[in-house]
Amino acid sequence: MSTIEIEAVDSQRVNWHSDEMKARRKSRYAAERRLKAYGMTAIIFALGFLAFLISSLVYTGHKAFTQTVATVSIDLSAAEIDRSNLMDANWRDIVRDALRAQVPDLTRRQERAYFDLFTSSAPFLVRDTVIKEPSRLDGTSSFTIPMSDRADQLAKGEISRDTPEDQRRISDEQIGMYDQLVSKGLISSPFNWGLFLNADSRFPELAGLAGAISGSFWSLLVCFAISFPIGIAAAIYLEEFAPKNRLTDLIEININNLAAVPSVVFGLLGLAVFLNGFGLPRSAPLVGGLVLSLMTLPTLIIVTRVSLKAVPSSIREAALGVGASKHEMIFHHVLALAMPTIMTGAIISLARALGETAPLLLIGMNAFITSPPDGIFAASTALPSQIYIWADSPERGFVSRTSAAILVLLGFLIVMNAIAIFLRQRFERRW
Amino acid sequence: MNMMSEAAVEKALDQKMNETAYKMVGRDVSVYYGEKRALFDVNLNVRENTVTALIGPSGCGKSTFLRCLNRMNDTIESCRVTGKITLDEDDIYDPQIDVVELRARVGMVFQKPNPFPKSIYDNIAYGPKIHGLARNKADLDQIVESSLQKAGLWSEVKDRLHESGTGLSGGQQQRLCIARAVAVSPEVILMDEPCSALDPIATAKVEELIHELRSNFSIVIVTHSMQQAARVSQRTAMFHLGHLVEENDTDKMFTNPDDQRTQDYIMGRFG
Ligand SMILES: Nc1ncnc2c1ncn2[C@@H]1O[C@H](COP(=O)(O)OP(=O)(O)OP(=O)(O)O)[C@@H](O)[C@H]1O
Ligand SMILES: [Mg+2]
Repeated sequence: MSTIEIEAVDSQRVNWHSDEMKARRKSRYAAERRLKAYGMTAIIFALGFLAFLISSLVYTGHKAFTQTVATVSIDLSAAEIDRSNLMDANWRDIVRDALRAQVPDLTRRQERAYFDLFTSSAPFLVRDTVIKEPSRLDGTSSFTIPMSDRADQLAKGEISRDTPEDQRRISDEQIGMYDQLVSKGLISSPFNWGLFLNADSRFPELAGLAGAISGSFWSLLVCFAISFPIGIAAAIYLEEFAPKNRLTDLIEININNLAAVPSVVFGLLGLAVFLNGFGLPRSAPLVGGLVLSLMTLPTLIIVTRVSLKAVPSSIREAALGVGASKHEMIFHHVLALAMPTIMTGAIISLARALGETAPLLLIGMNAFITSPPDGIFAASTALPSQIYIWADSPERGFVSRTSAAILVLLGFLIVMNAIAIFLRQRFERRW
Repeated sequence: MNMMSEAAVEKALDQKMNETAYKMVGRDVSVYYGEKRALFDVNLNVRENTVTALIGPSGCGKSTFLRCLNRMNDTIESCRVTGKITLDEDDIYDPQIDVVELRARVGMVFQKPNPFPKSIYDNIAYGPKIHGLARNKADLDQIVESSLQKAGLWSEVKDRLHESGTGLSGGQQQRLCIARAVAVSPEVILMDEPCSALDPIATAKVEELIHELRSNFSIVIVTHSMQQAARVSQRTAMFHLGHLVEENDTDKMFTNPDDQRTQDYIMGRFG
């Protein structure tokens, strides 16, 4: 190389320390910082909204997790009860007598107001307890009787004593009786197990989510049992076996479209096909699960195809290279590697199905049903439709119960997503 | 084995190589990727107990030809092969032929080590298992051990057969892949740049291994290293732009090639 050439190169050398270069770098760094700031702001906004949502739900909902109850002792040995027919004993009078003993000397009118402080189902609750534990017939034992909605609200401070009497649902007289019960130490507010163990009821103090939770469970079971195998089979066929032609392109486009169809449309389809067409029972988790699986299928197919595609071709070639057939390659290697992702996708789409309301309303899973379903054919509600029903109910007690139900639903969603994340991290492979 | 007998074995193998019929024969092999033609009427034979090296500049079609020999090209949608390739006189592109059997008889080792994300044992045992080569667990153990022995990996992994194959070093992984190919008892082993991801020591081990494998298998190896081709192969084929330029004894190829292009390539004048 001659000296002239070297000089030519030198004259073109970049001066990295010139002011122009420095300014240029500075503005590039500034752009980076701005982008970072935008991202942080967006995340703070998102977290803020989430925090607001959860805290407002907790604020209104937390009171539904306790229930005001009166503990009343009843002497059953004295009562006239036919032991062979516990069902038809005069429980109403037995309970009323026991309650009268707590606040004595009331007029008939006052008495009626007094009994309104307790749940009107008290006789049935006492009856059921005794049938379960017949030994209580032999003497005095204490029974827990939930207070009615108005007393419960008073105890929780939702009804203020300062409001004028004609503007609240509980009279001064009733408040006086309630205070008498309190001073006798009969009132307590334990954890509200009824919220999880009872089915729906017209009385907020007795209403629980057991029916909705098991309805959702059965629906999701049906949904999973249908969409998981069908989704995986369809995805494997489309991804690994289907010839690439117009027809399969069309199928692919339509599956993607299907994933974007609003869920209410699937509800209408379910109504027309499963209920009116096949004559399946209304409000049944079977139909709910079928409709939900229509919704989850396209998502599951897409997720499965993506995860099959993500398995590197080197693994496929390795399997084929030792003489594995295509079917063996897929089931021994590709599917095994894709499974964690598929499971994650399945759980996330099930979580979505769990929160889906519109299609369930259309197939009648918003009926008023007072016992949990005992299978996929029994009429039932589901968590989201239960929330819908409660949100629509006028009683004060249902307001906090609606929030509590939402919290329970969110709890289930969080657990499912956590399982999905756990699976993903546990089985994630690097290769 | 002492020096004398080793040389004698070499000689016997060379003898055999020149006498026996061709293991695989390629006649007028052309390959198209869609409209694009990647190979032009290649006539190339694979001899028994011989290491055949395929050399040539990047993109000249070495891998393409190699992948024709066990129909690995079938996995590429757009790929079309014409001409005729036989294995022991049977046309491997005959629709009657069983690809699974073909790939069991013609094994392959890839450029990038690609062990299954399973245990070392399962990596080796997989092939014999699907082909039913082992009657019982003891048989299978035996196959795994002897394959790892042949691949020179046994002493390094015998205490951790049930650890993941992907946890090995690159060179060990590649020898694991060779062991995996060997475990199925193929007749031909195809290797596509098996040492390109390896350091010189691992490379030396693999080369030594190839040398030993020659007594049981026919080997076709693609390589970019002239030294490697010279060290491990007995026959060398030179490709250029999809054409087979020259095929010859390795010794002759590297000392006195017939074709000017071969000369230029080996001397490093183009590539
Ligand atoms: N899957 C494919 N689709 C389309 N064209 C391909 C495909 N694989 C290879 N080709 C083309 O075929 C020609 C030969 O490729 P090939 O991989 O056989 O080259 P090679 O000799 O192995 O090169 P290298 O030494 O870089 O590996 C190249 O021009 C390449 O672009
Ligand atoms: Mg190549």
